[in-house]
Amino acid sequence: MKFFISQDIIKSSFLETLQKDCGEKVSHCYQCGKCSAGCPIAFQMDYLPNQIMRLVQLGMEEQVLTSKTIWLCASCLTCTCRCPREIDIAEIMDYLRRRAYQKQLIPLEETEIPLFNKIFLKNIELFGRLYEMGLIGMFNILSGNFFKDMALAPKMFLKQKIGIFPHRINNLKELRLIFKKSGKLAKAKRNRLLHPKLIILNLFRKVIGKIEGLK
Amino acid sequence: MKYAYFPGCSLHSTAKEYDISARAVAGALGIELLEIPDWVCCGATPAHLTLHLLSLALPVKNLLAAKKLGNYEVATCCAACFSRLKIANKFMEDDLEHRGNVEEIVGAKYSGEVKVRHFLDILVNVFGLKNINQRVTKKLSGLKVACYYGCLLTRPPEVTQLDDLEDPHLMDDLMKIIGAEPVQWPYKTECCGASFSLTKTDIVLKLSGDILQMAQDEGAQAIVVACPLCQSNLDLRQGMINKQYKKKFNIPVFYFTQLLGLALGIEGTKLGLEKHLVNPLPLLREKGIIAKR
Amino acid sequence: MKIGVFVCHCGTNIAATVDVEKVAQEAAKLPKVFFATDYKYMCSDPGQNLVKEAIAKHSLDRIVVASCSPSLHEKTFRICVEAAGINPYLIEMANIREHCSWVHHDREKATAKAIELVRLAVAKVSCNRPLQKTYVPVEKRVLVIGGGISGIQAAIDISFAKYPVVMVEREPSIGGRMARFDKTFPTLDCAACILTPKMVTVAQSKYVTIHTYSEIEEVTGHVGDFTVKIRKKSRCVDLRKCTGCGACFAKCPVKVPSEFDLGLGMRKAIYVPFPQAVPNIPVIDRRNCLYFKTKKCGLCKKACLAEAIDFEIQDEIIEQKFGAIIVATGFTQFDHSVYGEYGYGKFKDVITGLHFERMVNSSGPTAGKIIRPSDGKEVKDVVFIQCVGSRDEQKGMSYCSRLCCMYTAKHALLLKEHNPDSQAYVFYIDIRAAGKNYEEFVKKVQDEYGAVYLRGRVSRIFEKGGKLIVKGADTLSGSQIEIKADLVVLATGLVAQEEAVKLAQMLHIPYDKNNLYTEAHPKLAPVETITSGVFLTGACQSPKDIPDTVATASAASVKALGLLIQDKLEREPLIAKVDNKLCSSCQACIKACPFNAIEPEEIEDRQLKRKRIVAKVIEGVCAGCGNCTAVCRMSAIDLEGFSNRQIMEEIEAL
Repeated sequence: MKFFISQDIIKSSFLETLQKDCGEKVSHCYQCGKCSAGCPIAFQMDYLPNQIMRLVQLGMEEQVLTSKTIWLCASCLTCTCRCPREIDIAEIMDYLRRRAYQKQLIPLEETEIPLFNKIFLKNIELFGRLYEMGLIGMFNILSGNFFKDMALAPKMFLKQKIGIFPHRINNLKELRLIFKKSGKLAKAKRNRLLHPKLIILNLFRKVIGKIEGLK
Repeated sequence: MKYAYFPGCSLHSTAKEYDISARAVAGALGIELLEIPDWVCCGATPAHLTLHLLSLALPVKNLLAAKKLGNYEVATCCAACFSRLKIANKFMEDDLEHRGNVEEIVGAKYSGEVKVRHFLDILVNVFGLKNINQRVTKKLSGLKVACYYGCLLTRPPEVTQLDDLEDPHLMDDLMKIIGAEPVQWPYKTECCGASFSLTKTDIVLKLSGDILQMAQDEGAQAIVVACPLCQSNLDLRQGMINKQYKKKFNIPVFYFTQLLGLALGIEGTKLGLEKHLVNPLPLLREKGIIAKR
Repeated sequence: MKIGVFVCHCGTNIAATVDVEKVAQEAAKLPKVFFATDYKYMCSDPGQNLVKEAIAKHSLDRIVVASCSPSLHEKTFRICVEAAGINPYLIEMANIREHCSWVHHDREKATAKAIELVRLAVAKVSCNRPLQKTYVPVEKRVLVIGGGISGIQAAIDISFAKYPVVMVEREPSIGGRMARFDKTFPTLDCAACILTPKMVTVAQSKYVTIHTYSEIEEVTGHVGDFTVKIRKKSRCVDLRKCTGCGACFAKCPVKVPSEFDLGLGMRKAIYVPFPQAVPNIPVIDRRNCLYFKTKKCGLCKKACLAEAIDFEIQDEIIEQKFGAIIVATGFTQFDHSVYGEYGYGKFKDVITGLHFERMVNSSGPTAGKIIRPSDGKEVKDVVFIQCVGSRDEQKGMSYCSRLCCMYTAKHALLLKEHNPDSQAYVFYIDIRAAGKNYEEFVKKVQDEYGAVYLRGRVSRIFEKGGKLIVKGADTLSGSQIEIKADLVVLATGLVAQEEAVKLAQMLHIPYDKNNLYTEAHPKLAPVETITSGVFLTGACQSPKDIPDTVATASAASVKALGLLIQDKLEREPLIAKVDNKLCSSCQACIKACPFNAIEPEEIEDRQLKRKRIVAKVIEGVCAGCGNCTAVCRMSAIDLEGFSNRQIMEEIEAL
C-alpha cells in the first residue's frame, strides 16, 4: 500500500492555501491525465503531474513537497497549454518549488536543481550578469562532480564561447537592493538553500560511488 | 527601425554567435539595435523557481531601463529572456492587486508600457518577408532544414502571441524565402531539456537525442533554432548523445540569423559559424553556400 | 368595497419568522378591509374552504392572500374565489414568504415588513378591475420542423390521432443522422432497418405532408394560429413526374465528395443522398452542376424518360397556418479542427465517430471495409479517443455528450467483428453507460471483444513512418502510453446546429450559451418552451440517444395534440390594452415589443374627423411583459392586472 490518508490530512488547509496564493483552481482537475500524457520528463518522475494534482487535492503536502517531480519539471508549459480545465499546472509546480524552498523541504535525491538555482542567483547578485565559469565551477564542486563537462571546456575556451572573467554591471548597489527587498517581501531566507548537511552527504555518496566503481 | 536591444547573458558568452549574427543581419537590413545600458540578467529559469517577486523584478528593471532609453520597443533574441520579459509585462498590466509589490521592489511605477518583440517576429512580421526577399542575394537551395521552435516561443499563447501553438510556421516561412527547404516534422515544439543542461544532463541527452533522431528521420540535414539553450543542448551535447546512445549524428544546429545572414550575402566568418561544436562548414560547402576550400 | 385578508402560516415557513396573527390584526385595521384572519395552510382544502365561507358569510368582493409566491398558488386561489362567485382577477397575493420570512431573521422587522406588504396588496386590489379570459381559435394542423427520427416519430404519433401534419426537412431526404448509422447500441439493430419502416409509414400516411429540401422562411402569429412561410428550394426535378429510376445520376459526369458520406465517398451533381431516401427523387446541386456553371451538359435531362428534369424550376414559397409547432432539428458533430494537438483536422487518418459509422456500414463508401482513408490499407491497430470536444472548457463544450462512451464501445465491437486481427485501444476519462442494458454492453465489449480500455486523455497525435503516433496516459497505473496506430477515431461530441440561433429567433424561443434550445422547466417540462405552442424534441434541446429521442418525440406530440383537440384556447387576460384617445401613434411600443404583438391600426377618429393610426395589441400573442407600458410617453398603453393606477396606489400606500 503506497499511502494511508486520514481524514485530517484531507481536511488540511493545503489546497485552500495553494488556490488562494497561486490563483489556480486545483479542485477543478478531474484527473484526465492529458498533462501526464504530454509531459516530456515524465519518464524520470516519481509521481506523474496528474498524480501531483491529486495529492494536492487530498492535502498531502509533505509527499508533494519532497517529491522528485516538482524539481524535474522543466516548465516547458506543454501541460498548461493542453489542460481542458484551463489549470496552469506549470505555475502550480513553480508555486510548489517556491513553497518547498520556503519550508526548506528538499528531496534527498534531487538536490542538484535547487543548488544550481541558488548558485545562479548568487552569481547574478554578485555580478549582475551571469558569470558562467563561476556558475559551472561552483556547481561542479558543490555537487561533487568535479570533472563534469571537463572535455568541453577547452573547446569552449578556444572558440571564445566562455569568458574567463566576469562582466560586472555598473550599478550593482541598485540590483542588490532589489534582491534584498524581494527576499524580505517573500519572507524567504535566501541564504538557506545551501544546506551544508546535504552537500556533504551528496559529496560523500559520490566519492563512495566512485570508489565502488573503480573496484 | 530602431529597437532597444536586450541580448541576455548567454548571448554574451555561450551563444556569442547568435549575437554576432543577429547584429550582422540587423545591420544589413538597416535595423538599429541599441543595447540597453547596464542591463541585468532577466533571471531566466532559476528566478521563477525560487522567488516569484524577484523573477518579475529583474525583467521590470530592464524594461524601465529600456523606457529611459527612449520610446522604443524592446527586441530580444533569447527565447527565455523573451518569455520572462513578456510574462513580467503581462503581470504588471493585468494583476492590479499584486503589482504594487513589484513596483515597491524596483522603486518605480510600471504597468507594461514597453512592448517586447522577438527578433524572429521583427524580421518576419514587422520588416516583412517581401522586403527580405528583395535583399536575398544567395538562395540556400538544397539545404533541408528542420525548424525547431522549442517551448518558450509559442507557449503560453496568451503571453507570447507569436505564432500558432501546435504547428508554428514563422521560421519555416523565413527559411522558404531564403531558399532553404524546411521539412515538415512533428517535434517542432517538443522540449529539449532546457535548463537541465548542467543539473540533469541525462534528461537533456534523452530529449535532445530524440529531437535529433526525429529530425534525421524526416530527412533534415540541419536544425535551425531561435533559442540559445536549445542550440547548446542540441549542439554542445551532440557528442555526448552520440556516445551515450551509440549514434552517429552529425547535424549542425544553426541560428536562424546565421542562415539569413548567409542568404543576405554576409560572410560566414562574420556570422560566428566557426563557434559551433558540430562543424557546419562541410555541409555548407557541400551545398555551395560558402566557397569550397 | 369589502376586502378580505387571509394570512397563511405555511406551517413554520412563515410563522417561525413572522408574527402572522399580528399581521392579520393589523390588516383588519386597514381601510376597506372588512375581514382578516390567519390560518395554517391556506392552499389546503380546509384553507380554501375558509376563503369560500368567508366570502359567502361577509359578502366580500375582493381578496388578498398573504402567503407564498404567486407563481405557486395564484392559480389555485383564482379558481377558489371563482368557485365562490367572485371574478378571479379580483384577488392579489402578498408574498410574505419568499420576499419576507425566507430572507430575513429578525422577527420584529420581518413582521413589520409583512404588514407593509399586505398594505400594498390591499391598495392594489382596491384598483383591480374584473377581467374576462380571452379565447383564441385553434388551427388543427401541426408543423414538425426536422425530419430525423424525432420529427418522424412525432409525425407518426400525430397522424395516428388523425390530425394533419406538415414536416419540413432541410436535406433532400428525411432520416436525419440515424440514416447514416450502421448499427445501434445496445441491441446492435441495423439503424436503416429500424428507421426505414418508420420513414415509409410517414411517407405513405395520408395525414402527413413532407416537404424535403425546404426551410422555414418566416413564422408569425401565436399558439393556435401560427402563420408559417416555407421555402421549398428548387430541386430542378419535377416531383410529380419523377419515377426514381436513377437514369439521370448514372449519366452525370460530375463527381464531388458526398456530404452524406462525410467526404469519404463521392456523389454526382444530380443525386439521391442514399439508396433508401424518402422521397426517392434526386436533387441537382447547383454549385457543382455543369449546366448551371457553364450552360453546357444537360445529360441528365436527355437521359430522363419521364421528362422530369427542368432547370428552370424556381424556389417556391408556401404559406400555411398551424396550431402548434414541434421543433426537431437535431444536432451536428463538434468540429475537431480546433485541436492542434490532434492535427487541426488535417490528418486523413484521424477521423470522427460518424466517419467510422459510414465506413463500417455495408452500403457505405468503402462497402463495409475498415481502411485507412489516406492509402486504403488495412487497419490493425485503432485508437479511439473519447471526450473530444466534450467536457472541455478550453477548446470545446463543457457538457458531456452522453452518447460517446456507448458509441465508442459499439465501434470497438464492430471493429473486431469486421477485422478479427485488429486491436482497439480506447482512451477514456469516465464511462457513462446509464441506459437500459448499456453497462452490460460496455462490459461485453471489454470482456469478449478484447478492447483495451486506458484511462487517460491523449496529449498528442502525429504522423511518422506511415503510422499515427498517439501519446496518451493511463492514470490508473500511473504511466505514459505510446501507441502506433493505423487509424484514430475521435468520439466527437454533439453540438447544436449552426443555424439553431436563426430558427430560435424566428420562433421566439430561448436558447442557452451552447445554442441548445431551452425547455420551459428542466425537470418538469422538458418538451415545452416558454413560448406557448412551440414544443421541443430530440437533440436540439440536449444530446440524447435514440430511446430518449423517441420518448420526447411522443411526449411533444401529446402536448401538441392536447392543444389541437380543443376548439378554442384559453388565454390569460393579463395583457396590454391601448386607450385610443391617448395614443399619439409614435409607434414606440411597436418597436419595444419583443413578441411583435403590437401592430398599427387605422381608426376613424370622430373628434378630429379624420383617419389616424393607433397601436393595437394582438391579444393572442401579447405575453404581458409590460415593455410597451414603459416606453409609452402618453401612458396610452397599460397592462391589465398591473395597471399604472394599481402600481401608483401600491407606492402611495407605503
